[in-house]
Amino acid sequence: MNTTTPSKLEKILAEGHLAVTSECGPPRSTDLDIVAEKAELIKDHVDAINITDNQTSVVRLCSLASCIRIKQMGLEPVLQMVTRDRNRIAIQSDILGAASFGINNILCLTGDHQQFGDHPSAANVFDLDSTQLIQTVKLMRDEGKLLGGFEMKKRPEMFIGAAANPFADPYEIRVSRLAKKVAAGCQFIQTQCIYNMEKFKDWMKRIRDRGLHEKVAILAGLTPMKNVGMARYMKNRVPGIDVPDDIVERLAAVPKEKQADEGIKICIEQIEELKEEEGIKGFHIMAIEWEEKVPEIVERAGLYPRPNLNGSQN
Amino acid sequence: MRLDYPPNVKIIKVPCTGRVDVIHILRALEDGADGVMVAGCMEGDCHYQSGNLRARKRVTYVQHILDQIGFGAERVAMYNLSAGMGVRFAEIAREITEKVKELGPNPIRRAQEASGESTKEAVHG
Amino acid sequence: MVKAKPKPIGEIIDYVKDFDKVLVAGCDGCVTVCEAGGLKEVQVLASSLRLYFNKEGKRKDIEETSLTRQCDREYLEPLLDKIDNYDAVVSLACGVGAQFMAELYKGKPIFPGVDTCFIGSTQERGVWVERCQACGQCIIASTGGICPIARCSKRMLNGPCGGSEKGSCEVSKDTPCGWHLIYERLKELGQLDHFEAPTDPKDWTTSRDGGPRKIVKEDVQP
Repeated sequence: MNTTTPSKLEKILAEGHLAVTSECGPPRSTDLDIVAEKAELIKDHVDAINITDNQTSVVRLCSLASCIRIKQMGLEPVLQMVTRDRNRIAIQSDILGAASFGINNILCLTGDHQQFGDHPSAANVFDLDSTQLIQTVKLMRDEGKLLGGFEMKKRPEMFIGAAANPFADPYEIRVSRLAKKVAAGCQFIQTQCIYNMEKFKDWMKRIRDRGLHEKVAILAGLTPMKNVGMARYMKNRVPGIDVPDDIVERLAAVPKEKQADEGIKICIEQIEELKEEEGIKGFHIMAIEWEEKVPEIVERAGLYPRPNLNGSQN
Repeated sequence: MRLDYPPNVKIIKVPCTGRVDVIHILRALEDGADGVMVAGCMEGDCHYQSGNLRARKRVTYVQHILDQIGFGAERVAMYNLSAGMGVRFAEIAREITEKVKELGPNPIRRAQEASGESTKEAVHG
Repeated sequence: MVKAKPKPIGEIIDYVKDFDKVLVAGCDGCVTVCEAGGLKEVQVLASSLRLYFNKEGKRKDIEETSLTRQCDREYLEPLLDKIDNYDAVVSLACGVGAQFMAELYKGKPIFPGVDTCFIGSTQERGVWVERCQACGQCIIASTGGICPIARCSKRMLNGPCGGSEKGSCEVSKDTPCGWHLIYERLKELGQLDHFEAPTDPKDWTTSRDGGPRKIVKEDVQP
């Protein structure tokens, strides 16, 4: 299978391995070492590390600087980029900057509305949306052009990803919306965290019915629950997350000090189950401020060791 | 039946409290009234369906304005009672008179007195 | 029409406290419809200001008027004879009317009495909702007659985002998801086939991003 970029993540997927990615949230300060430390915890157990971009609209050390740092550690970053805070000038500029440091993966997002964050009085930008960001990266990479038409000599070589939320409404539109992102040039998808397996499998079936699983690599998104409180919070408070009652009940049924273990166990069971689901090409494990648990999850789910690309990674 | 209510209450008849607008209450205060009471029919008994309900919203709006300008929302109140409740009317009239007495005279008149100007006769006093 | 809401009285008191003769000028256009700046609101504001300043023992002449429109020269000019009777004007017109008054009566301090909010419609009496952001290039032909720029909190052209839940926007349960509405409408119209084609980045030069805008229609120019 041909690859379009020097991305290690793309190669692993092209070789038919189940990919494993995870993510690190940068700190709300200049302490870039925190990113390096988090990356260090998971580096041997994942193929690529997403760096979030001011997630939930809270100001944090920028994704680009964090990606450069972990790239310099010899790791594989995925630059997350939201369109909320930058217009097409800044977006393209940041993509060029990222590519100049050998960052070869981008996750194209629209971003949460700023009212959820620490600067609700900020103006938002939304010059582009996530689909248009995908189009933009593809144009830059495949045609060597900026949106304004300028032809560049050296192009950014980016493996293009996006998010998909099978649990948002209206449900029947969710496959169409993925198809739209694929039409725009999206090559891999990291899904919203999955708890409702039944609904997710139904979505996957619809994806397969459209043959979309052959056009885009779908990585199933998973977030282990730390305790029943987190499960209830995500069920009731976080828009677009579907936590079925049986997950909440299962966590509630074990003593408090055992709930974290139970959360990890649920996550591992989900991975085992989804490995059998046709069209799943890997897993995106988002252990929120719990990065140290990623190696254990990866090992116990039988996803370790990670494939060695015989030095072909750069 | 003759019932006593305080002689300082001036009654302005309207066909329905739905006729009472924000500006009427404000003008009464501008003219020196110490307080304004809007007496509407019982809720659910409006002959014009919702006149008394709308009046209540307007009274609330006036109270909001009075708070903003430091006049005190308590000078204005809305009560609901039926035409047959004369005793209740007299009671409410005494109640609001007492309350307004506690609040003291209309602040405009107080300001005028303080500056030594002649007090305009309180029409609705 | 343009929708506005009255400013807090305290803010207006602060503007006019140092002026003796103040005109409160309403507008019989849009702001009358949204009950923020018509003659009725002029009377209420002027009365409230008089109550306040009289209470403070300050003598001020606060007068009331309302003009057919404040955004057209012909309706503003009648004020020309009287304007010198006042030290300041509180305009209850939208931002356009208030600015136009300032433009015409250069030496006169003009203060806004309303906060101009958006272009919208009346949902029911007392409730007004936004429908247009005047981007300068209408796209609703392809979105089922519903504008995603005005009605999606992220003005997405390829929505809905992952925060759409049970027909509501992630920003508030009270805000309908614009793209949910678009989807339902396209379905009703049998136009869902458009939905999967990505919409290209929009040219925002016709919107406020292109700088202050101007329309010239030569055929009607004098």
